[in-house]
Amino acid sequence: MNEKYETHEHDVLIIGAGGAGLRAAVEALNQGASVGVVCKSLLGKAHTVMAEGGIAAAMANVDAGDNWRTHFCDTMRGGKFLNNWRMAQLHAQEAPDRVRELEQWGALFDRTESGDIMQRAFGGHSFKRLCHVGDRTGLEMIRTLQDRGVSMGIDVYMECTVTRLLKDGDRIAGAFGYWREQGRFVLFKAKSIVIATGGIGKAWKITSNSWEYTGDGMALAYEAGAELMDMEFVQFHPTGMVWPPGVQGILVTEAVRGEGGILRNRLGERFMEKYDPKKMELSTRDVVARSIYTEVREGRGTEHGGAYLDISHKPADYVKRKLPGMYHQFKELADVDITSGPMEVGPTCHYVMGGIRVDAESTQASIPGLFAAGEAAAGLHGANRLGGNSLSDLLVFGRRAGAAAAKHAKETATPTLDAAQVEEAAREILAPFERRDGEGPYEIHRELENTLQSLVGIYRNEEDLNRALTEIERLNERASRVRVEGSRLFNPGWHLARDLKSMLTVAECVTRCALARKESRGAHSRLDFPEYDAAWGKKNNIIVRDGAGMTLRQIPVREMPEELQQLLADQK
Amino acid sequence: MAEAVLAVFRGTREGGTPVDYRVPIAPGMVVLDALHYIQGHLAPDLAVRWNCKAGRCGSCSAEVNGRPRLTCKTRLDSLPTDKTITVAPMKTFPLIKDLVTDVSWNYQVNKKIPAFSPRPGTDWKMSQADVDRAQEFRKCIECFLCQDVCHVLRDHQKQEHYAGPRFFVRVAGLEMHPLDNLSRIKSIKDQMGIGFCNITKCCTEVCPESIHITDNAIIPLKERVVDQFYDPLVWIARKFRRSGGT
Ligand code: SF4
Ligand code: SF4
Ligand code: FES
Repeated sequence: MNEKYETHEHDVLIIGAGGAGLRAAVEALNQGASVGVVCKSLLGKAHTVMAEGGIAAAMANVDAGDNWRTHFCDTMRGGKFLNNWRMAQLHAQEAPDRVRELEQWGALFDRTESGDIMQRAFGGHSFKRLCHVGDRTGLEMIRTLQDRGVSMGIDVYMECTVTRLLKDGDRIAGAFGYWREQGRFVLFKAKSIVIATGGIGKAWKITSNSWEYTGDGMALAYEAGAELMDMEFVQFHPTGMVWPPGVQGILVTEAVRGEGGILRNRLGERFMEKYDPKKMELSTRDVVARSIYTEVREGRGTEHGGAYLDISHKPADYVKRKLPGMYHQFKELADVDITSGPMEVGPTCHYVMGGIRVDAESTQASIPGLFAAGEAAAGLHGANRLGGNSLSDLLVFGRRAGAAAAKHAKETATPTLDAAQVEEAAREILAPFERRDGEGPYEIHRELENTLQSLVGIYRNEEDLNRALTEIERLNERASRVRVEGSRLFNPGWHLARDLKSMLTVAECVTRCALARKESRGAHSRLDFPEYDAAWGKKNNIIVRDGAGMTLRQIPVREMPEELQQLLADQK
Repeated sequence: MAEAVLAVFRGTREGGTPVDYRVPIAPGMVVLDALHYIQGHLAPDLAVRWNCKAGRCGSCSAEVNGRPRLTCKTRLDSLPTDKTITVAPMKTFPLIKDLVTDVSWNYQVNKKIPAFSPRPGTDWKMSQADVDRAQEFRKCIECFLCQDVCHVLRDHQKQEHYAGPRFFVRVAGLEMHPLDNLSRIKSIKDQMGIGFCNITKCCTEVCPESIHITDNAIIPLKERVVDQFYDPLVWIARKFRRSGGT
């Protein structure tokens, strides 16, 4: 077998090269492990570059009163207490050190008067907490981690897609994939695998996510038998671009509101006064997204079906300095000068709080040797993520995943790869070339996007969700007969055919969990169950593969220790 | 509905030719939207790189009507749509397929640049004014359009001896980092071959991040090279230091 396919062996294989994957790689290298990183794009292009607003860390550089306890409470409250409290605690405690580390590796954050890292306000955070570089924080972070990794001699397999995890008995043994460029197959043998593949937004029509965000990591883990958790919680970012059509969904950073941007409807009303008079524009994302959606549905939307977001009351120089990316984005793509007039914005599918169920300390999934970090993992954000908590998540749990994966590799014997699993994977991925009839993947993808957009969106109900399930089943059936044209050489049709399979898997997970949760909480809003339900507030949904089908069950939310409960009560 | 005609290069290293595609024009449409339309409806195997579709990742570089550009930021209504729009891969890099080129050489060059190395004992305080200068260079999204347009690489194929504008930008970012403690000036001269640059400024013109590549990165680096290696006073001082003085 090893002669038949190009094979690489590592202690730790990391799938995904965004913030979590690269931070994990750096840590595993630090621990002396041999590390390989596989990614679907070129190095440095992962979705982390799109993160704009900042990294949440209670450094107290701007607001002296901030500390990890408040950050912890904000995160739990934002997540409506479905969070894994231990993850929220570790995250709040470790984030400041992770930011300092980035600075020590060369990142250049914006500064305060006294020369420290500057921090800005963001939705749901009690203090000015987001360390940032204008509105391109993600780029700074990924470039810093990339440079660090490269200087340590990291092995990166770029433009390579993993299509299957391989197991040796119960434990992880490696992965099977193909080079996007030439279409050749490649095998990885590894004692530990870290999934850091990000989210699933590409399954929705209006999304801020890139083509890479097809839920691969979650689908791979699911296929391998790992548990997924809380998949119903999909975050719609309140402010995506709505016009012109080609840019629909592209992110408008929350930093616009953090810097003082105001939301208005067509009638000029500052409508957040109605929905959250206390926090106004800086309410949590679920609330702001629903508010905009409601304004539009009730006929008070803008010309192109959104809300106005206005920052033009601030001095033009200030706007250009703090939000340069937004300034250019609107100028070039929408002919709008944001220093003199409002933007049009509306909700866009942005992030999934659910994902692979992991252990808080080690990020280990329910399969020995499998780890997950960042958006691909569940737990930290509960029912709704606060802006800025994603980049800090990547750093804190990326590092923990790298360390635990390296440790696991040290304690584990080399696994053997099973030829039968490999051949099965090869057959599966080539099948679309061999079919003589069947349709291409693009139309199926478009229909999936439309289905989720209209039936599994911001507001849900039983009837829609059931229809979505039927629809997904039909699309699954069509996808199993998908045919691709052309050769294996850099063929996007073929690539999409594969990604489609992951998207359909996660789409079904989301829909099933959404159907089960008969309440509204955080990002999950049921029109037929509009209130919180105390019993559901103590349960996480768990999905696991059972033969060819999905089984769903609930587990109790992990009980918080006394002192943290007290903390939350005190900080009310 | 109004249509645009795009002549998109189709082919591999073995050869290829532009193929015409008719695409319905939507308001605000960019070239990348048109390429996606072609993929989704006319040519499912058309090879294109992209990620963010918002000018932030630098993946979608190509030559539109002969000019190196990000296709996700090039609006159709900024081009004469009564004429055929040509879309070709970046010429400086070896072709893989259609609009996708092999840019791996850039990653090789990057590896050789000595990393950030902080001044020992620093307290990590920096003023915004000091940070501003280096931040300009850190805006780079690695689209490699400047590399594509630079004649030293494009026409004279000095890849062996010349790092290209992107990497002068990277080095400038390190050299001008307020807390960096390393000098890369010798390698800028010897390994990166800054002497080949004759300041045509073509790179600056195509940079989508409006980084003043020539004025703010290359020229100051050239000056540092001159100061360190050709200024007789500096040269004597260095000799003196080496022979035992401090
Ligand atoms: S200024 Fe120098 S680096 Fe830029 S294009 Fe001209 S020769 Fe190349
Ligand atoms: S310097 Fe500008 S043109 Fe060159 S790679 Fe960076 S962003 Fe692109
Ligand atoms: S797709 Fe990211 S820059 Fe064009």
